[in-house]
Amino acid sequence: MELLKINNLKTYFNITAGTVRAVDDVSLTLNYGESLGLVGESGCGKTTTALSITQLLPAEGKIVSGEILLEGKNIANLNDTDIKKVRWKEVSMIFQGAMNALNPVMKIGDQIAEAIILHDKLSYKDAIKRVEELFQLVELEPKRISNYPHEFSGGMKQRAMIAMALACNPKLVIGDEPTTALDVMVQAQILNLLDKLRKDLNMGLILITHDLSILGETCDKIAIMYAGKIVETGYVEDIYNNNMHPYTYKLLSSFPNIHKERVMPDAIKGIPPDLINPPAACRFHPRCPYAEDICSKEEPKMEQANEGHYYACHFGGVFNEK
Amino acid sequence: MHAILGVSLMKNKQKIVSINNLKVVFEIKQSFLNELFSKKRKLVKAVDGISLDIYEGEIVSLVGESGSGKTTLGKAILNLVPISEGEVFFKGESVDFKNKKEVKKFRQKAQMIFQDPYQTLDPKSLIFDAVVEPLEVNNMLKTISERKEKAVKALEDSGMSPGEDFLYRYPYELSGGQRQRAAIAGSIILNPDFIVADEPVSMLDVSIRTGILELLLDLKNTRDLAFLFITHDLSLAWLISDRIAIMYLGIIVEIGTSDEIVKGCIHPYTKALLSIMPVPEVNKNRVRKVLTGEIPDPTEIPKGCRFNTRCEFAYDRCFVEEPELTKISNNHFVACHLATEDKNVKS
Repeated sequence: MELLKINNLKTYFNITAGTVRAVDDVSLTLNYGESLGLVGESGCGKTTTALSITQLLPAEGKIVSGEILLEGKNIANLNDTDIKKVRWKEVSMIFQGAMNALNPVMKIGDQIAEAIILHDKLSYKDAIKRVEELFQLVELEPKRISNYPHEFSGGMKQRAMIAMALACNPKLVIGDEPTTALDVMVQAQILNLLDKLRKDLNMGLILITHDLSILGETCDKIAIMYAGKIVETGYVEDIYNNNMHPYTYKLLSSFPNIHKERVMPDAIKGIPPDLINPPAACRFHPRCPYAEDICSKEEPKMEQANEGHYYACHFGGVFNEK
Repeated sequence: MHAILGVSLMKNKQKIVSINNLKVVFEIKQSFLNELFSKKRKLVKAVDGISLDIYEGEIVSLVGESGSGKTTLGKAILNLVPISEGEVFFKGESVDFKNKKEVKKFRQKAQMIFQDPYQTLDPKSLIFDAVVEPLEVNNMLKTISERKEKAVKALEDSGMSPGEDFLYRYPYELSGGQRQRAAIAGSIILNPDFIVADEPVSMLDVSIRTGILELLLDLKNTRDLAFLFITHDLSLAWLISDRIAIMYLGIIVEIGTSDEIVKGCIHPYTKALLSIMPVPEVNKNRVRKVLTGEIPDPTEIPKGCRFNTRCEFAYDRCFVEEPELTKISNNHFVACHLATEDKNVKS
């Protein structure tokens, strides 16, 4: 069943230098219990998409048009009081850098209880009981709720952040680079935990990352974002094995693969474009090794390759034969 | 004690760095009352007996989790933290220099590249000033034109050409990759023989990582520079190193050539690290050995094999006796009882 549906979302930032089109016509769907990986380089609009859903955009940012339907209800145009009822209770976020997201002078249990008291109107005692349950859920010892953040390791802090995100039983959890600052082993532990939780609790999960290689085992679907647009989306197998967009292909081949021969992976030439004046037509064409005349003249439309697999490229799939 | 590792890999090459049973111990400051009454001092054995040789033109990677002592080892080689026991030789000379002049001379030849290019460069100083600072410190090449020439050369050797274009820019005008290149330019301007690169690409986007790695390889090949490459990412280490050393709680548990470690590792810890390496492919059947818990408290290192708290193969001997690094083949050494006892580690 459909949990989240984003239709033609546009989020722009008005700054002195001009209008930054950070999210420009993005559409997505996510079902209950499903996980979606939102992938792209720094500055491609992944985080802005997430912040648009929770309406946590900075003052310069505005949702210009489009709909964000959560269980069929549009939450893109809610006012401050109404969005507060959605945040945390229906949609919650796990932020990047768990080390900085916790208040260092407050007990961890109290920080999580704060959110529960505010949203579920429970007493302090009941809220603390709930925190203990949450700690068990994220595999932390319940007796550690009275610890301060400095007594936790990086991985434990990230678990506490996950517990906080789950505090009010949300339907959708968004993880913004939840494992980037962590060690490889801890990263694997956290990804396993998130995967287990979304299946057990039947939540939707959006994982935002620049690391395409960690999604193969944890996501059902992947959406590849470039310069404010989604250039390819589909099931993990389609994205990894039958990708149709050269950006997806290049992004995948920039990772070393320890199961194969030892060769230096390809780098993508150039840097992501400035979103105030993005390149005309296909935004990837200045960096695309397969670009032809048409790519700088006409914007490619989203085309379907397979069930649930869409791409926006004039030469979808045939590029690597050239 | 651990055997000194001989290397036949690097024939006709000179030893640049030679580490001999190195130990670095930090004492944890305790509260006044604890200090008065407790008998035991709390000691962190960050590096606990490491022997390693690095040859000219060789890249050796140190791989391990946070808290395994990788960075401390790198710093100890450069005489940036005091050595508690053992010795480090740089081109045959002990680095435990006593006077400042000697330290300065040593630093010209042994440099460091740091993780975060956003913090290594002073936001208020020009790229030119940042790159020529080592010349300034060492009172070399006093005229502006000489320095400029040298800076342009260093920038171009670091892949920023034309170098003149970057001299009078501020760090905020450069991308993350360019900043790291500028930092590298500063570290190679004095023609060092050895560089410790501490996670030089972990803050960068995947699409630009390769460029920096290629630069390091290029410097190794053209200048015969030796590197100690510190990383937690085994796949990056595999790409660029001649040898990889796996560190756990202050010691090397396995060391070998890049392919020996990635394709034929023996130690259960290395196997676990490999099994969780993200790989860009879909394989729902892949067996991932996610170790539970985290690296133990370095003030209380487990008795026997220090990996025994997380090892699924641990048996009675592992809790009593600490395994020594044992030779498997020419360059491949491993510290595990299972490997030497012919009890095959099931994969």
